[in-house]
Amino acid sequence: MAHTSAPVRNGHPLHPGKNDVGLRNGFSKNGQHLHHTKGGLYKRPFTESFEQAPLYVAVLTYMGFGVVTLFGYFRDFLRAWGFEKCNLAQEREEQKDFVPLYQDFENFYTRNLYMRVRDNWNRPICSLPGPQFDLMERVSDDYNWTFRHTGKVIDGVINMGSYNYLGFAENDPTFLTSVEESNEKYGSGVCSTRQEMGNLDIHEELEKLVATFLGVESAMTFGMGFATNAMNIPALVGKGCLILSDELNHTSLVLGARLSGSTIRVFKHNNMQSLEKLLRDAVVHGQPRSHRPWKKILIIVEGIYSMEGSIVRLPEIIALKKKYKAYLYLDEAHSIGAVGPTGRGVVEFFELDPRDIDVLMGTFTKSFGSSGGYIAGKKELVDFLRLHSHSAVYATSMSPPVAEQILRSMKCIMGLDGTTIGIQRVRRLAENTRYFRQRLNEMGFIIYGHEESPVVPLLLFMPGKVGAFAREMLKRKIGVVVVGFPATPITEARARFCVSAAHTTPMLDKVLNALDELGDHLVLKYSRHTRSSRPELYDETSFEMDD
Amino acid sequence: MTLAPADAGQQQDGVRATVGVSGDGASLLRAQANRELKEGIKLKTPKFFKKLTASMNEIEEIIEEWQPEPLVPRMSKEKPAPSYNIVSGPPCHKITVNGKQCINFASFNFLGLLDNDRVKNQALQSLRKYGVGTCGPRGFYGTFDVHLELEDRLAKFMRTEEAIIYSYGFATIASAIPAYSKRGDIVFVDEAACFSIQKGLQASRSHIKYFRHNDMEDLERILKQQELEDQKNPRKARVTRRFIVVEGLYMNTGAICPLPELVKLKYKYKVRIFLEESLSFGVLGQHGRGVTEHFGVNIDDIDLISANMENSLASVGGFCCGRSFVIDHQRLSGQGYCFSASLPPMLASAAIEALNIMEEDQDIFRLLRDKCKLIHKELQGISGLKVVGESISPAFHLQLEQSSGSRESDVRILNRIVEYCMDRKIALTQAHYLEKEEKFLPPPSIRVVVTVEQTEEELEMAANLIKEAAQNILQ
Repeated sequence: MAHTSAPVRNGHPLHPGKNDVGLRNGFSKNGQHLHHTKGGLYKRPFTESFEQAPLYVAVLTYMGFGVVTLFGYFRDFLRAWGFEKCNLAQEREEQKDFVPLYQDFENFYTRNLYMRVRDNWNRPICSLPGPQFDLMERVSDDYNWTFRHTGKVIDGVINMGSYNYLGFAENDPTFLTSVEESNEKYGSGVCSTRQEMGNLDIHEELEKLVATFLGVESAMTFGMGFATNAMNIPALVGKGCLILSDELNHTSLVLGARLSGSTIRVFKHNNMQSLEKLLRDAVVHGQPRSHRPWKKILIIVEGIYSMEGSIVRLPEIIALKKKYKAYLYLDEAHSIGAVGPTGRGVVEFFELDPRDIDVLMGTFTKSFGSSGGYIAGKKELVDFLRLHSHSAVYATSMSPPVAEQILRSMKCIMGLDGTTIGIQRVRRLAENTRYFRQRLNEMGFIIYGHEESPVVPLLLFMPGKVGAFAREMLKRKIGVVVVGFPATPITEARARFCVSAAHTTPMLDKVLNALDELGDHLVLKYSRHTRSSRPELYDETSFEMDD
Repeated sequence: MTLAPADAGQQQDGVRATVGVSGDGASLLRAQANRELKEGIKLKTPKFFKKLTASMNEIEEIIEEWQPEPLVPRMSKEKPAPSYNIVSGPPCHKITVNGKQCINFASFNFLGLLDNDRVKNQALQSLRKYGVGTCGPRGFYGTFDVHLELEDRLAKFMRTEEAIIYSYGFATIASAIPAYSKRGDIVFVDEAACFSIQKGLQASRSHIKYFRHNDMEDLERILKQQELEDQKNPRKARVTRRFIVVEGLYMNTGAICPLPELVKLKYKYKVRIFLEESLSFGVLGQHGRGVTEHFGVNIDDIDLISANMENSLASVGGFCCGRSFVIDHQRLSGQGYCFSASLPPMLASAAIEALNIMEEDQDIFRLLRDKCKLIHKELQGISGLKVVGESISPAFHLQLEQSSGSRESDVRILNRIVEYCMDRKIALTQAHYLEKEEKFLPPPSIRVVVTVEQTEEELEMAANLIKEAAQNILQ
């Protein structure tokens, strides 16, 4: 993966669309890496990678699912006929003649596949979720149907799963003095909504700071990130409006879009041709059947997609949005604080103007070590939301110590507390990300996503390897997150690493060595390119003679 | 099909109409051209190209001409946006609103635990151990031992098998309902259900049937209707789940639901009950266990109890409790549980300590009920205002006896009463609703909240002040 100082030849005016023909997300099927500048929209090359595995891997994956399904039917048969004890909780005797609460086939997957590997999720911890944490030891005597805690603690496990990008999940008393003071002064709850008696002075201070941080006119904060999306999208769009949503948007965005009552059309993940086609169709043809023009068109995208590690193609979307007069809603849950030279998110990453984006949304859970969400933008937008957001009228406002933690971590990132800790952490995160991704690529794993995204999905593909990988890593005292179907496509089960600024190089080296070992043991190194650690000197891998 | 050129002189609608037609014409033409090209006939006659470029130009014109509505409607200058009250300092018993020191009759701090030193200390210990945020959802290392402890304690307190906690009160019932009730199922819900229930129902996409507030005969009528329909289509009826969703103590009206009759209806018509106990948890019942204890109903008869911890427990978040058979399902299908970061541990510790206090001192519930009865009695008989709510409900409403005709002027009158009281050291608030989004919009009202920290003198002072305000403003 080149850090290009050489002049970029792709996207040259004489060969305008050469590399774009027949590509998915700008990638050809044999996995060539694409860096382009799309005629000057991107100030530096945009390098993403979604390599496809060899065909035999897909075949083996389907075979694996097939075997587990057959076994599932067999076991269900045994359970139905009483040969095997059913460990599931049962309906009450008095309610046995009610309509069953769950359909049997809905839970087939849960009973027969998920139960086998269930010990890799919901692992309870008993310490700070920092770069290292302590796990409570949990064993199962009946193959994952029930767990019991032995009382022992596995300590010093390296944490590659928590969203702690800038390392603000800390309990150092020197850093937490202001949070402790606000707990003493305000207590933990608020017991009222924003519009009634729940608007504290600390909320007003926080909103001003968030607006300054993002470089916009005004901002509003909410108590929960999920609810920010689910409650504010319905306030902005309604019937007669069109929502163009990315294929891989988060559940909260999908729920908000559904609750709003607008028409939803989905475009292929990060694919600008698909988006443009939908926009053109929408503007030219109007609403279905009646052909009346749409009232508003809202494009909903995320900054960094947490399952793919890809970064949104923001400059192209802004160009499209200006041409077709649509509105843009950008959910920066994972990217705020994590990308950009000073941690201001994807807008800064692409060197764009935050005023071009109509609705900037983000959460404080990931990079600020707290909880809650915000929406920022023009003053009219935020004033409108103060009156019409469901959360402002019906839901309790943010807890004061939580708000204070956001204030202190944001001031630290901006440098307002008089130290350079914040900017050092942002730079450290970028270094750690680059190092981690580079080493993984050299080892030969298939990694998805943009080369500068701190979310690193490592593809495992087969369902059996999902369980084995997580358990083996835990034996080596490394905590990882694995995800499979239905959160990902059926053939693309993966392990997802979240690099943090608090990880030191020895920690990352320990993880990388374990991955190397495990990669050979479990045969995970599917990548078919060999990559050396020496920088590439050219960008084009094939040369054409121009006549 | 001829392409009518968009005449510049036509009206806006006229242009749109022709544009719509020509839009279709362009795509039809293109489709025809594609078909013929595929069949190998080269149609590159000049006329064809001229028509095609004409339609392309028109498309570009359409794109240029289209004007969407502004993202947010312009605020009119005559009605400036009302601003929020700013509270400096903690919103506890003595509250400073907009610079004025008042006694708090507006926050749902029923048991006075917001300001409790023990609760604050526990939160501090937890902060020093765990930091603030959990940095992940429950499935990905966001499950802390405090969460497991809180779930355990809540299940034991409510005497159910299992409990599950959410990080936001509003999201609790709004995620629980769609986890069980899907498209095609039927939900019978009270008209005065709160907004989070309405959002949960909307997300579930089930058939919703409303019955009149607290009217069991109306409910029985629709249940009978449904039974008749079932007999017409028994196959479908066998797979359609049915639920009744009610609140223990209604936020919008201060009434208590008649739980024993509901349980009878449950077994008669085979419907499951979901009970929302945000206001009645920690208020009703001898030990504060809610409306089931108040009526002496077996808690296993209720399929799901959901409550938020933001009222009596003075923390943040919510929980659902019930049998494992029901609750465990939410761990994989409750959207607010699986896709959202878990509750910050310091807030969970604060809730555990609050629960300890509730278990130790069982007198506070009776005390709270006595105070509610006191102020309820004092506020009877004010001319112009009527008290809406049960006498033991700590959150009740004061509505205008006679509406002035429009909702806006009602709201303004009530606002004047609120401001009159605020100037004289009693903090009150109006009940706020989203007027366009509520299914059954309640009439405007002032919500009065009684907490256990208010002394009898303060209650009497508040009652007298409200009488005075009503006299001065409504006469």
